[in-house]
Amino acid sequence: MNKIWLIVKREFLNRVQKKSFLIATILIPLIFPGIMAILVYVAKKQNENAVKEIIHYVDQSNTFIPDTNRFIFKKFDGPLIDAKKAYDESKDFGLLYIPAYELSKPVGITLYTKANASIDDINTIESLLENRIKDLKMKKLNIGQKLLDSLQTNVSIKTIQVTEGGKEKSSNSIVMAGIGLVCGILMYMFIFIYGAQIMQGVIEEKSSKVIEVIISSVRPFQLMMGKIIGLGSVGLLQFSIWIILMTTLTFGVFGYFGIESPQHQAMQQMSAEVAAQQTAANAEAMSLINEFLNLPLFYILFCFLFYFIGGYFLYGALFAAVGSAVDSPTETQQFMFPITIPLLISYLSLFMFILKAHDSPASVWLSIIPFTSPIAMMGRIAFGVPLWQVLLSMSLLIGGFILTTWVAGRIYRVGILMHGTKVSYKVLAKWFMMKN
Amino acid sequence: MEALTAIHVTKRYTNHVALDDVSLNIPEKTIFGLLGPNGAGKTTLIRIINQIINADSGEILLFGEKLQEKHIGKIGYLPEERGLYKKLKVGEQLIYLAQLKGLSRKEATDKSKAWIRKFEIVDWWGKKVEDLSKGMAQKVQFISTVMHEPRLIILDEPFSGFDPVNAQLITKEILALKEKGCTIIFSTHRMETVEDLCDHIAMINKSKKVLEGSKRQVKETYKTNSYVVEHRGSFSIASEAYELVRQKNLDDNMFQSTLVMKGTFSPNQIIRDLTMLTEVHSFVEMVPTMSEIFINLVKGGSDE
Repeated sequence: MNKIWLIVKREFLNRVQKKSFLIATILIPLIFPGIMAILVYVAKKQNENAVKEIIHYVDQSNTFIPDTNRFIFKKFDGPLIDAKKAYDESKDFGLLYIPAYELSKPVGITLYTKANASIDDINTIESLLENRIKDLKMKKLNIGQKLLDSLQTNVSIKTIQVTEGGKEKSSNSIVMAGIGLVCGILMYMFIFIYGAQIMQGVIEEKSSKVIEVIISSVRPFQLMMGKIIGLGSVGLLQFSIWIILMTTLTFGVFGYFGIESPQHQAMQQMSAEVAAQQTAANAEAMSLINEFLNLPLFYILFCFLFYFIGGYFLYGALFAAVGSAVDSPTETQQFMFPITIPLLISYLSLFMFILKAHDSPASVWLSIIPFTSPIAMMGRIAFGVPLWQVLLSMSLLIGGFILTTWVAGRIYRVGILMHGTKVSYKVLAKWFMMKN
Repeated sequence: MEALTAIHVTKRYTNHVALDDVSLNIPEKTIFGLLGPNGAGKTTLIRIINQIINADSGEILLFGEKLQEKHIGKIGYLPEERGLYKKLKVGEQLIYLAQLKGLSRKEATDKSKAWIRKFEIVDWWGKKVEDLSKGMAQKVQFISTVMHEPRLIILDEPFSGFDPVNAQLITKEILALKEKGCTIIFSTHRMETVEDLCDHIAMINKSKKVLEGSKRQVKETYKTNSYVVEHRGSFSIASEAYELVRQKNLDDNMFQSTLVMKGTFSPNQIIRDLTMLTEVHSFVEMVPTMSEIFINLVKGGSDE
């Protein structure tokens, strides 16, 4: 035990002291919000800096188009042929021809341009025209804006889950699916990233030949477990830091902007009805947050940690076995396949049906089978899973990781000493059967 | 006392037998040469002693006790395939390896610093192993093998990769360790090393032990009772004490003859006979070299 602890400590310190760990741990939680912020900023800047383009238009039906921050519309009085000639001589963006049309059926509107017009530009012009025609129609039908606003209604359904005891529990499947999605993706990423690191570490020890010295001091099983536990704790540390950083950042940002949000100020200038709508939307957001806080968060966190560790151990041992069987990372392909398949199945099912139909037989089975349960169960957990299913799934996961660790350990102890052998599944089976 | 005793050790793999009923006695405080051609089973035996693998049958006794996990700290092992953690610094590496052998962190730190000073490589302490040359890394690995003061040291081809200066340094250390009471097992192909350093030898060929004993005994067993004589003036008569195998003219009247002693006669008898026939300038017994014994045994084995 003492020696496993030494190995755990060594593996842990090795990774944590690396610069790459520090950089990844601090930067990754900043990268996604950072990229978003940059994109928003660039898009905004582009809009502001864009030079306004001039569009000539020939209007034979008195439509009249107002300028926008992208286009300036210049009305040309005269026939289309003269307009074309004038446009040809200018360096302007385009020429819009609006023939006489019926309001119900505006056809024949044409845009002439020199360069290819972008879809965005066409959409802008189309919606400008649509709005104008809508206004004209409203005027014709004598409909005011007030009447129009009062026609619009926003409906959102509140769902209430009736539990067996007859208690009513308000539930919001968006929040639950969100939790399931985030937990499932994290699980998938964690198993792959850290599993690959275990494999990498084993291959390194094998190819640098340090392995023989080490296993003359410790048992191969101790070395394997030490590595798995050591890297796992690095992962847990990294994820904890990410979660803490992201939560602090999010709350920090909301806390700062929340009070003096631009919406808030704008609201005061809006008409009472729109303001009421806005409040309704805000109330909905508040209720989402309340839903979230009403969920058994500690229970979900506990389950997450359990499946996180269980799944990592189950797959970690297999990754170690693959690493021990090969001489270089390029040879891992054929053995990675069976490891990847159950992970991929549970990941894809998460999107395809688990989050949509969390109680369907397929979802239930995937969340009970140990190879798929870490991801599948996290997809379902927020919706409320019967206790017997959780307990069954957890005990099977424990059994599963004991089994894979045992199998992997038997392959590992032989594999790490083998150099230059061509390894197939048959060879692995032989190693597995080999006496100690 | 015996440092190590192997009793009828057998190890089978699916397709072949790696060790077939091998028994060995390695006396304490000696340098023991474990010889044999490639693939004979030496590495298997060494791995069994290091508890990396287990024997199918038979027993290993270490200082009179059945080999068990607590003995790990008593053995130092330098494998033929050298290797250290490339990204780890020399100091950390030495401390870690010694801790795995059972030393406390403080002991490990003190001892590795002492060895670093002894080998005059103090400025390597903070360097990563990947930045060292092959020879430098070998030195570090040698330190890691002996640092925890093992009573039994197993060196597999210890001199490969060392330049003559460093090889000498290592030789000096090995002899010093023997003086201190360590038992050293050498596994090597370099017969001059065996000739120079080993007290006892054993040879494994095709998974069986074919030879064991002190170097003197072995040479005694394999000597051919041949003598080389340099003399002035040729002679051609054989006596009842010897047989003349060949004679060649060196220059002028100087000759070199090879004689094989017959039966129970003694070298003195031959000299006495020779002085009657010629003027003897030198008389040397042809002692087989380890290399000759090795080749002889391996080739003889392959004829079976």
